[in-house]
Amino acid sequence: MTGRTRPILALAAGFALASGTAGAQAEELFLYNWTNYTSPEVIEKFEEETGIRVVIDTYTSNDDLMARLQAGGAGYDVAVPSDSYVQRLIEEDLLIPFDATELENFANVMAPHDAPFYDPERMYSAPYMLGTTGIAYDSAVIDGEELPHSWDVIFNPREEFQGEIAMLDNIDEVAYAAAFYIGAEDVCTEDPDEWQQIQDVLMAQRDHVKLYNSSGTHDAMIAGEVLMHQMWNGAAHRAFSEKDTIRYLYPEEGVVFWMDNFVIPEGAQNVENAKKFINFMMSPEAAGLSSNYSGYMSAIRGADAYLNEELQASPMVNMPEEYSERLTMPPPCGDRHVELRDRVWTRLMQ
Amino acid sequence: MQPVTAATAARRRAALMRYALVAPAIVIIVGFMVLPLGLMLTYSFLEPGRYGGVVWSYSPEAYIRFFFERDLDDSLVFNLAYVRIFFRSFALAFVTTLVALLIGFPAALYIAMQSPRWRNFLIFLVTVPFWTNLLVRNYAWILILREQGLINEGLLAVGVIEAPIRMIYNNFGITVGLVYSFIPFMVLPIYASLERIDFRLVEAAYDLGANRWQALRRIILPLARPGIYAGCILVFIPCLGAYVTPALLGGGRNLMIGNLIQLQFGASQNWPFGAALAFVLMAIVLLSMLFYLWRFRGRGTGGLGVG
Repeated sequence: MTGRTRPILALAAGFALASGTAGAQAEELFLYNWTNYTSPEVIEKFEEETGIRVVIDTYTSNDDLMARLQAGGAGYDVAVPSDSYVQRLIEEDLLIPFDATELENFANVMAPHDAPFYDPERMYSAPYMLGTTGIAYDSAVIDGEELPHSWDVIFNPREEFQGEIAMLDNIDEVAYAAAFYIGAEDVCTEDPDEWQQIQDVLMAQRDHVKLYNSSGTHDAMIAGEVLMHQMWNGAAHRAFSEKDTIRYLYPEEGVVFWMDNFVIPEGAQNVENAKKFINFMMSPEAAGLSSNYSGYMSAIRGADAYLNEELQASPMVNMPEEYSERLTMPPPCGDRHVELRDRVWTRLMQ
Repeated sequence: MQPVTAATAARRRAALMRYALVAPAIVIIVGFMVLPLGLMLTYSFLEPGRYGGVVWSYSPEAYIRFFFERDLDDSLVFNLAYVRIFFRSFALAFVTTLVALLIGFPAALYIAMQSPRWRNFLIFLVTVPFWTNLLVRNYAWILILREQGLINEGLLAVGVIEAPIRMIYNNFGITVGLVYSFIPFMVLPIYASLERIDFRLVEAAYDLGANRWQALRRIILPLARPGIYAGCILVFIPCLGAYVTPALLGGGRNLMIGNLIQLQFGASQNWPFGAALAFVLMAIVLLSMLFYLWRFRGRGTGGLGVG
């Protein structure tokens, strides 16, 4: 969820936590989640099914979560940090291992979410929601023709899109896309030859790019300012709901994504309940209903059957499973990568 | 000798009083100028840390990098990229200042010639845009200037043009945005100096046979000069560091100094280089101001009015 905001939800949940008793009651579960990210319907079903009462508290950034857990937990049984934060929490011994692969519903988890770099064994975490960076374009311009799922579409655009393209104004997102396109071994490449190729690709593309933009990307597509935009799936979905000729591509060379995960923080009083909850959340129904609520996609196979019609019809949210192998989550790239990236970007923008 | 001791005491008290009065200014100068600049200068001579920040070991690399660059294969080559970015920033700031002056001076003159009540209202209007966030105002310009925007749609509807004109995501868009953002800084100081002009001097000029143009050139312009200088400096210098406008209205296709510095403190995680860039910029501005003072000393009327 890094850098993407969710509107504020119920604050009331926070107060409920304060009144919860410290003594471990087998019937309780303290959930610490992002705002606007927990479906009340799903919680109700869980409470009905298990008899466990769920108490919810919320936060708005990974750093808030880190700070709270570093300060000695607050008796939370389940929290929902994003990718690299899971790694940091593991390194700081702030999580209880529970081996998610042992949970019954883990079989529903689609690759590659079963083995992320930040917790390859899924010993400390289980997947919740994720988002991707792909390509959105307006198919109306080419009479509804479908473009192939490839970065070639945007780096080597056909005539109709030339000069009508926007790339994200994020040096890292643009670099990842170009690295995929040239077939770099690693998106965090530090190889000078590969960087030379990346530079050539970006320089050649530059004349076709109308703008580099990261704010209001969906609006730029809806208004028709650009006809193709490197885009986050959430924005693409919003654009699509306003203009149904917009398509979203998951390039076969590779797509980066972020992901939020369930973890059990150190100091949890109800570890067994936490496991039950995490298992429940990995069921297709809970995952589907959660997507309906948050508008993000889950990593759970079969969840699409429970999506509402709008999300069902949205390829930005309801990603076909065959694309999931294209997803890559870059770890924080090294110094050398960052340095070469900066040089190429400066040359591009000089 | 009562009167003498009283006089000494009074003198001492006056001296103390003077120090006390100067103290806040010194605190402000040290706290808000010397310390931050010293920190920046120090940082610019250190090595970059792993994920941003600095490592405390001396390195002139940040300054070398301004002119030379290690190629992708690490050989050292002469590099014009940063110089080019600086040059673009100065050129855009110059054009912006010029346009702001051409619009701002007549506007200020018009305001200064109104009745006092109406004058105050007009000045109040000049400051109204400051009530809204700069980001929001720049977004508004996107909605106005873009190909699907107000101007293009309007012209298309009337039939003046057949295809939308490209007014945004280029230097034109940046200039419009910068002029709009900074023009109050031009109008206000010029107005302040015009307001003090005794307009009987203009009448006297007419009586002596000057036409309107001569009166403007020989009487009003020289008297307004401090305000004009102040306005130009107040527009030119912040323009150099402009960050939001080039990113939004320029389409992020060309970096300006502000964007370059932001990049170093953000994604590129090279704080020393960011600090060095900021310092080079400041040095250039300071040197040109010094040159200006040295070259035009005594010829201006009452100095710049601003530092």
